Amino acid sequence: MSVELDVFVVNTTIMDEEVYQLWLDGYTVNDAVKVRMEGGVLEGCEASAEVLHSDTMDQYRTFQMCERLLHSPVKLANQLLFQIPPHRQVMLIERYYAFDSVFVREVLGKKLSKGTKKDLDDVSAKTGVTLKSCRRQFDNFKRVFKVVEELKGPLVENIRQHFLLSDKLARDYAAIVFFANNRFETGKKKLHYLTFQDFAFCAGQLISNWTVGALDNMVEDMDVDLEKEFLQDLKELKILITDRDLLDQHKSLVCTALRGKTKAFNEMEANFKNLSRGLVNIAAKLTNTKEVRDFFIDLVEKFIEPCRSDKWTAGDMRLYLTHYTNSAHVLDTFKHQVVWDRYMGVIKSCILKMYHD
Amino acid sequence: MPGKLKAKIVAGRHLPVMDRASDLTDAFVEVKFGNTTFKTDVFPKSLNPQWNSEWFKFEVDDEDLQDEPLQITVLDHDTYSANDAIGKVYIDIDPLLSCEAATVISGWLPIYDTIHGIRGEINVLVKVDLFNDLNRFRQSSCGVKFFCTTSIPRCYRVALVHGFVEELVVNEDPEYQWIDRIRTPRASNEARQRLISLMSGELQRKIGLKVLEMGGNAVVGYLQCFDLEGESGLVVRAIGTACTLDKLSPGTAPNTTTHTNTHTLPNTAPTSNACNSPSKDSKESPLAHGCRSTHNSPVHSTCSSQRLSHSQNFSVSVPTLVFTGMGSGGSVGKEAGPLKTLLRQHTQSALEQREFPIFTLTCFPPGFLVHVGGVVSTRSVKLLDRIHNPDEPETRDAWWEEIRQEIKSHAKALGCHAVVGYSESTSICEEVCILSASGTAAMLNPRFMREGCLDTGGSDHRLSRQPHPGMVGSERGEGEVSSTWLGFEDASPPSCGFVHIPYDEFNMPFPAQLTYCYHCRRQKVPDVLFTTIDLPAEAEVTGKGCLIQARLCRTKKKAQGEVNATSISNLLPFMEYELHTQLMNKLKLRSMNALFGLRIQISVGENMLLGLASATGVYLSALPAPGGIQIAGKTPSDLSYDQHISTMQKRIDDTIAKNKELYNIHPPECIEEVVGSPIPDRQRSSRLFRSTSESSDELSELDLSHGKKDAFVLEIDDTDAVEDIQSLLTDAPIPAGFYSCNTEVMPGIHNWTSGLQMFTSVRVYRLSNANLTNQGLNKIFTDLCENLLKSLYFKLRSMIPCCLCHLNFTVAVPEEELIQVAVTAVAMSFDKETQQAADKALTRGSGENEEQLQFSMEMCGESTISNNQPTAKPSGVPESAMVHSSRVSSSERCSPLPEGRSRSLRSTRSLPCGAPVTVVKMTPLSFLPGTRIVKYLGIINMFFIRETTSLREEGGVSGFLHSFIAEVFAMVRAHVAALGGNALVSYSMKECVFMENPNKNQAQCLINVSGDAVIFIRESDQEAIPPLLTSRQTSSTGADGTT
Repeated sequence: MSVELDVFVVNTTIMDEEVYQLWLDGYTVNDAVKVRMEGGVLEGCEASAEVLHSDTMDQYRTFQMCERLLHSPVKLANQLLFQIPPHRQVMLIERYYAFDSVFVREVLGKKLSKGTKKDLDDVSAKTGVTLKSCRRQFDNFKRVFKVVEELKGPLVENIRQHFLLSDKLARDYAAIVFFANNRFETGKKKLHYLTFQDFAFCAGQLISNWTVGALDNMVEDMDVDLEKEFLQDLKELKILITDRDLLDQHKSLVCTALRGKTKAFNEMEANFKNLSRGLVNIAAKLTNTKEVRDFFIDLVEKFIEPCRSDKWTAGDMRLYLTHYTNSAHVLDTFKHQVVWDRYMGVIKSCILKMYHD
Repeated sequence: MPGKLKAKIVAGRHLPVMDRASDLTDAFVEVKFGNTTFKTDVFPKSLNPQWNSEWFKFEVDDEDLQDEPLQITVLDHDTYSANDAIGKVYIDIDPLLSCEAATVISGWLPIYDTIHGIRGEINVLVKVDLFNDLNRFRQSSCGVKFFCTTSIPRCYRVALVHGFVEELVVNEDPEYQWIDRIRTPRASNEARQRLISLMSGELQRKIGLKVLEMGGNAVVGYLQCFDLEGESGLVVRAIGTACTLDKLSPGTAPNTTTHTNTHTLPNTAPTSNACNSPSKDSKESPLAHGCRSTHNSPVHSTCSSQRLSHSQNFSVSVPTLVFTGMGSGGSVGKEAGPLKTLLRQHTQSALEQREFPIFTLTCFPPGFLVHVGGVVSTRSVKLLDRIHNPDEPETRDAWWEEIRQEIKSHAKALGCHAVVGYSESTSICEEVCILSASGTAAMLNPRFMREGCLDTGGSDHRLSRQPHPGMVGSERGEGEVSSTWLGFEDASPPSCGFVHIPYDEFNMPFPAQLTYCYHCRRQKVPDVLFTTIDLPAEAEVTGKGCLIQARLCRTKKKAQGEVNATSISNLLPFMEYELHTQLMNKLKLRSMNALFGLRIQISVGENMLLGLASATGVYLSALPAPGGIQIAGKTPSDLSYDQHISTMQKRIDDTIAKNKELYNIHPPECIEEVVGSPIPDRQRSSRLFRSTSESSDELSELDLSHGKKDAFVLEIDDTDAVEDIQSLLTDAPIPAGFYSCNTEVMPGIHNWTSGLQMFTSVRVYRLSNANLTNQGLNKIFTDLCENLLKSLYFKLRSMIPCCLCHLNFTVAVPEEELIQVAVTAVAMSFDKETQQAADKALTRGSGENEEQLQFSMEMCGESTISNNQPTAKPSGVPESAMVHSSRVSSSERCSPLPEGRSRSLRSTRSLPCGAPVTVVKMTPLSFLPGTRIVKYLGIINMFFIRETTSLREEGGVSGFLHSFIAEVFAMVRAHVAALGGNALVSYSMKECVFMENPNKNQAQCLINVSGDAVIFIRESDQEAIPPLLTSRQTSSTGADGTT
């Protein structure tokens, strides 16, 4: 005797969150049943593995039917097929668009193309995230990217409205879209120590300070791209390292301010010119799209690594960057205060975020 | 009288992509009614077209308005080739024809295609202008209200119950017409859907006409069924109960209903007699109806196979059985004692004028039901023949006529003049058809049936009767039976009256143990009572009830034609007998003494018959306590055998003890001593024999004064009995926190929360072993049902504590070696804390809602403290305590719901944008706990076909059916919402025919659903905000996140 057909349909669709997570994680029905058994779901119920299997199948089917709707979450709210209580809809969407940080770290900054998708089995093997789950996450990135790409206005808000995500998740997606669009390099070995949240923070900083939408929300443009004019202006900052007087002046101002306040003072003094050259060079090169991609690797190589080898503490770093930024204002011949602040504000917070083991 | 139908097509959304090149659709809409078609403009290149059409006006006869559905077809315009259909919407405009129902249909309706399922939605507006002439509703049956609900609808008061209405229409099934060979599956499905829609409309109109003829204005308990007879045609038939309903003025509290009823209740016999006598005289005498039943022998009566006029027409009447408590007996008892005769004359005369004193109601206004005799049922095996002339469906009519006559005669045999809780069903396999009908024989209060009585003299009686309640109380307090209480000589108190036997105790139609009623001590009651109705609100119950099922499988040889029919009809009595035995045993095992809502379904397949009996067992306080079950061995020689028996005995005793605890059945002991009962045999016993030949002996043996064995005896003399006992004990216990019943509500549970979940589950099993024995099949079938129940409990565990109400099982044998089981029910959660308090206080039958509870309390109040004799009240708790406790429970209802449930009910967060979809609740019950139904919007009766030629791609059979059922739910909800409703009550899925051909990657399914669309409001504002209100609020306050 075998069960040929087995369905259970309810009027108000309420999904088991645990099973939903297993489905999202790409477990097969049989594996999901095992996990649920081990989780002790049967305790206190007069139920067998068969019952559990049937229940899991039912739920998996429901999820599969819902998946189409989840691809455009706005539809979920006004579709008629499933009567899902609103707070449940929120949960379904939020979970569906959630991603594994190990996975996202692998594809961050990569082109969301078919080629990348083909390599997902490698990513799956490397991260331990099931291929199915990798594909869902990748497709989510791509879907959000495609929708937002065409839209005008603030990126985070666009994502929030079109995908009904929470603010946090929308910001993460904005970061992913931003990275994918600018193709920032994140995969180099030297960058491995950085988490997705580090990058997401930096992306947030870049989006809110360096894009067109950053200054004026009303501007009918996307904030997926960095503002061209600003990048042009950044070239002007070169004077800080090309003009010897200016460089020396800057150094002495910073050193005066720092003296006696940190143990790493000697190293700071010794490295000042190198470090300053590093940061200003990064700024000057950003007009070149290829160099933009290397933004993070440059930050690490030109600034973070030297500091780390000199054993600066996080406090040292904050102190140094604060004075480095502020001292430039006192330089009489330096006329690019606004651009400098806009640049250094982001650089400072990015470096502070990225300066850890 | 003509009317004007107006339709406006507003917009579409979520349309499918019809043009691959552009990924868009050029949609337009055809609106068709009768032979008139209108078209909208093409809205190019959009998946969300805004047509905003003019009003399309159809000027039509109201006959057409009733019969025809409005047909809306959405198409994709194609310049070069034929336009592609996207899908269709059929709109039944019947609800718009009654002034009390819906006034407009407006909203998003799913666009449905029989091959692709739901493909987007369309927003429409439909109105009807009926020309206002004085004779408005007299020419056709427009305006007659239809209710699926099998009780008096909540916001109505019943003035008169006219009685049984039935109608049947037949047609050729389009699927079997020659043209079907050349048309596409889609065209064929659509032809079928449209035809059934038309036939349903016609049927409803014809029934409406009958109601008008009878002077009624509504049909309650409307039950419409389809018989897909294959080659021989398509039958749509319906039965119902014609009533005259008065709408309660809006705004009146629900207990106004009860008030009115309470006042009219003491309406009494003398005056009613006067009203009634003329009509009575003109009619034939009660006895003239006689009993036409020909098969009166218990089991082995000769199968009378009659040939009807057609040569092909073959019919086998199945001999009916005589069972304890389940009188389907054909033997006519002698006329009862003078007292009863008088009673019968009173009531009969009112019913006499009707051909069939049959009622589809299962729940009655207080005082309506006087006595209940037992279950009456009839089955008949027929051979189907092509319906030659669709306009004269006489053969089918005759079949049912015959069956109803038989039911009527069975009821007579039980000393009853009416049948309530009546239903009809068929099971078809190839050319064989089993027609079944069952109901509960009953005595009814004629007051509700007497024309003019209420209107003319009603107020006078009321006035004159005012002092009566008090008087009644005092009389009864002194121990006198009030003769005027209900207008009958042998009137009985409401809480036990209905269990008093209607038949004559010296001429009982079946073997039964009679005792004096444990409640009033005046009248005789049987030891067990089987009924098809819901537990009357006034019934007093000890403890809780539970679902009891008997399951049976019988193999049969494959055969053709008459041979087949004969072999089936030979098997049927044995199956009925077995099912009855199982029910009885299981009832005893649970220490209960009555079954309500009994449904026995027998399904026929090519090589087997399936029998499934479901009922809700309860312990009626007025009936005697059931004895235990004793096992007796035939050959008590072997020591190990004895041991075996004693272990089994112990297991049974343990189970009984456990069940008593579980269902909280603690009847007072030795109540007889207190009263000094005249029953000589204190410990009841009954005896059930394995062999049928013995049972005839039993008939003669029956005499209540003779001593019997201590308990219900099961004799293990063969393997069958061992099997029986095994199956008795293998029924898995219900997990803690769950209760189940197949009636409207669970006796003993009152404080429902608003948490409810309606579900449908379908399973199909393939029997792998072709050569199964009956026992093997039984085991498999039992396991199927048990596993299904277990699955349900598991899936609904988050709702604990909860009760699965109205568990409705349907079984079918779609193909050889396939068994299909479908279940529809509603899980309703209740409050544990207050429940316990209520338990302690008292258990009173069916506290299904506040009204009923209040009503019974009022009854008690009006009849003063009379009921309060400790002897008569098993629980011995004073009335006041009960009143108090129930008030507590109602006030606590306002308190926040327990965590687990509130999460699923309350929406704490709403979606920031998107048009809100009205939340539509669905339930098979006639009410929603904690709410008040303020308006009935009309009947929903929908028939869908879904077919696929890419079964694997759609997730196999389960994926296919899962999405189809979800789509059906969605379409029902959308139509309810379009009528302006927020719930569908008395929902039922009457047909779910599933066919597959995995080799061809094909499957087809037909589903028929029905129910009453209603608007409900919460009883209390403090109560948790229902999802509906929340979503509406969201819409009105504007989406917070959109800015």
